[in-house]
Order: sequence, then C-alpha cells, then structure tokens
Amino acid sequence: MTDHVHVHGGGGAPPVQGKMTPAWKLLATLFVAGAAAGLLVVAVYRATLPAIQKAAAAKVNGAVREVLKAPAKWDTLYVVKNALTAKLPEGADPQEYQKAYVGQDASGKRMGIAVVGEGPGFQEIMQLMIGFDPATGTLIGIKVLDQKETPGLGDKIENDPSFMAQFVTRIAPVVGVKGRAGSPPNQVQTITGATISSRAVIKLVNATVARWQELMQRYDKGGTP
Amino acid sequence: MTAVATPAAPKNDAPAFDPGAPPPATLFQDIWRGIGKENPVLVQFLGMCPTMAVTNILANGFAMGVATTFVLVGSGLFVSLFRKYIAHEVRITSYILIIATFVTLADMLLAASFPDISKALGPFIPLIVANCLLLGRAEAFAAKVKPLRAVADGLGMGLGFTVSLSALASFREILGRGTILGMPLFGPRFEPWVFLMMPPGGFLTLGIACLTVAYVIEWRKKHTLAARSA
Repeated sequence: MTDHVHVHGGGGAPPVQGKMTPAWKLLATLFVAGAAAGLLVVAVYRATLPAIQKAAAAKVNGAVREVLKAPAKWDTLYVVKNALTAKLPEGADPQEYQKAYVGQDASGKRMGIAVVGEGPGFQEIMQLMIGFDPATGTLIGIKVLDQKETPGLGDKIENDPSFMAQFVTRIAPVVGVKGRAGSPPNQVQTITGATISSRAVIKLVNATVARWQELMQRYDKGGTP
Repeated sequence: MTAVATPAAPKNDAPAFDPGAPPPATLFQDIWRGIGKENPVLVQFLGMCPTMAVTNILANGFAMGVATTFVLVGSGLFVSLFRKYIAHEVRITSYILIIATFVTLADMLLAASFPDISKALGPFIPLIVANCLLLGRAEAFAAKVKPLRAVADGLGMGLGFTVSLSALASFREILGRGTILGMPLFGPRFEPWVFLMMPPGGFLTLGIACLTVAYVIEWRKKHTLAARSA
C-alpha cells in the first residue's frame, strides 16, 4: 500500500502513516463481525422458516386441489430407491424426495394422482403439476408451477387457459397438432407462435405420465392401495 | 469529488482532517441527493444489472427497490457505527460482510412475507451483495460520517433507486403488457408491445430515461447560466 493511499484513501479509521494494525486485531475484527452476522442470520432464518414453509405447502396444496379437480383428501407417496412407498425411512427429510399425491373422493375411491414434472422448456426448466388417472393415462388437469418462456409468446402455456384446458380428458401419450385438433382423444392443438413451448409441455406431460404410471403399477402390485 | 475548503490550522486536539470526507450537509440534502442529482440509476449508472433484470413489471421493480433500500440503510448504519473499530486493512471485507448479512435478511424476510415476488425476483435479491451501489456508499460515504447521516444517505439512495426502477417498470408494464400492478388498463383490443417485456426493451427504456434526465440537467445548467449572465 502506498503512502498516497494511506493519506487520502478510503474509509475506516484513517491509519496513522507507517503504522500497521497488528494481525491479531484484524483477525479479531473479522471474527467478531462474522460471529455477530452469523447469529443474526440464524435468528432471522429460524423466525421466517415457518412462514416460508407454510407458503410453499399452500402452493402445492392449491395446485394438487386444482389438477385433481377437488379431491376429498389425498395421501402422499414418496419415491425411495425408484419405488413408491407411503413411509419414509426413519429421520428422512420429506423435502428431499419426489412425491405423488394420491387423491380420493369422499367415498375413498382413488380419483387420480398428482405429480410434479420437470423438464426443459424453450430456454429454461419448466415445472408442471400434472394430475392424471394412472390406470388409464387420462389427464385430469395440468397447472404450470414455474416457467420462464418468452413473454407474450411461450408464456401463453401459463397465461392462455384454453391451452391447458385442452389436456383435460385427453389420454397420454398426447400428440400436438398445428391448426385444428381433430377428434382423436390424444390430440392437442399447439399455440401459434409458441410451437416449441407447446411441444415442450406435451413432451414433459407424456414423459411424466409414463414414468409415474409405471411406478404406480409396481406400487399397486405390491399390495396396499 | 469537489475539494473541501482548507481548514484553518488545526489545534493539537482537533480530529484529523480527512480530505476524502463528504462535505457537511443537512439531513435533507443527504436524502435528496440520492433521489435527484446523484440518482444511482439515471445519473451514476450504478446497479444496472438488477435494473435491466427486474423492471419488466412494477411489482418486481418496486420490491427490488425496497429490498435495496433496506440493505442500504442497514449496512450504512452499521458501517458508520463501527467505522472507528474496523481496521483500515480489512475494511472492504467487513463492509461486504455487513452488506451480505443484510441482503440475506432481506431475502428471507421477502420470501416469508411475499413468496410470489420473492420467486419472481429469483437470484436478483441475493445478487444485491454484488451491486456496486452498496459497497460504493459504504466506502465513500457511510464510513466517513456519523450514523444519522449514513442512514439519511442510504435512505436517499434507496429511494432514488426505488423511484427509478418503479418508473422504468411502470413504462414497460403498461406498454408491454397493458396492465399496471396486474390490473388491465386497456380493452381486449390492445395488442401489448411484447418487445418491451424482453431484455432489449429494458435497454431501450433505460436509454430513453437516461436521455430525458440528461436533457433536463443540461437544460437547467443552461438556464442557470443564462440567468446569471443576464
């Protein structure tokens, strides 16, 4: 450090020229500051965590309710070692596992399952909540949880309700068609100007349904509904 | 920075004169400076990254401004409070530590109170740490003045940042989406100028805003000169 910087430079206590602060003092400053900052961050983290988790849970619950068309209740199944199970290993954090929400109507009959599908969109990963009947592959409802498609074009997958509405009662695997969709039960009309985003949704829906159908079949064969 | 009047020969017990210290000003001047002639976005061109990224809709721009104000005021206060105890050699590290702490607090508080906005702003709240406006104000101002002035300056700079971001975001949201705060403004026959929602629209909007501000500043300069010579 030059004398010039010492005389005119920056902030803090202006150092006396030629006199260096001893190393232990520097260490003590940073140690005390770091400890105080750490304590403060931990305190606020603990104070805000319940509200953050509550908001996240409310969002998931709302999406499940929407894509399964208002189930009376639902059970949560977890993917552990590529198989579904209702019980997590002891001490495991449910946040870390993929989940299927198995919805039932008032009489306890299974209505379908809701799962989160994640895959590439036009330029970013998109996240959908997909509700379908695993026995037939019939879609019940789809909701966009997260997308970063082009504003005004690709984001119509979320903002144009008629696109997602088409998927309802269609049977996966779905095929995207340009122009007018015909009567076959697996056709969906892509959005003009957002063909890639539409196809990304279709691909994601098909892949997600196929994967979870297989998981559910193995789970159902294993016994408990 | 303009030179300060040379002090009279200091008495032996007078505090050391710091040539880098900001000139004395009233609290009102400290606040107003950040909003007006030293506006961080439109005059100083600081914090361009969040300016470009989050001014697509008003809610995002405003939330970003408020979060930055919170960090500016909090870090300014603490940098100023501890300015006598922070050794010169580790001052930048200490300032960053203080700033990072407040940014983390802002991030968590926002996530807890407004989860949707927090999600929309994504990584740009944590990135306030890297906004040169924060370190700049800590080093150039807060470290050299009493806490009250540091808070006033932080508040002014924060307000200036918030006002600029909100103005840019309103322009982009109104024309690019036809809404303000999510409420539709025009009828269904309005075709939104989608271009404004995308990054190039951000640059265009910022360019127009900076041009306007520069024009006003030049016009006022000319006006004052003319008035003086008359």
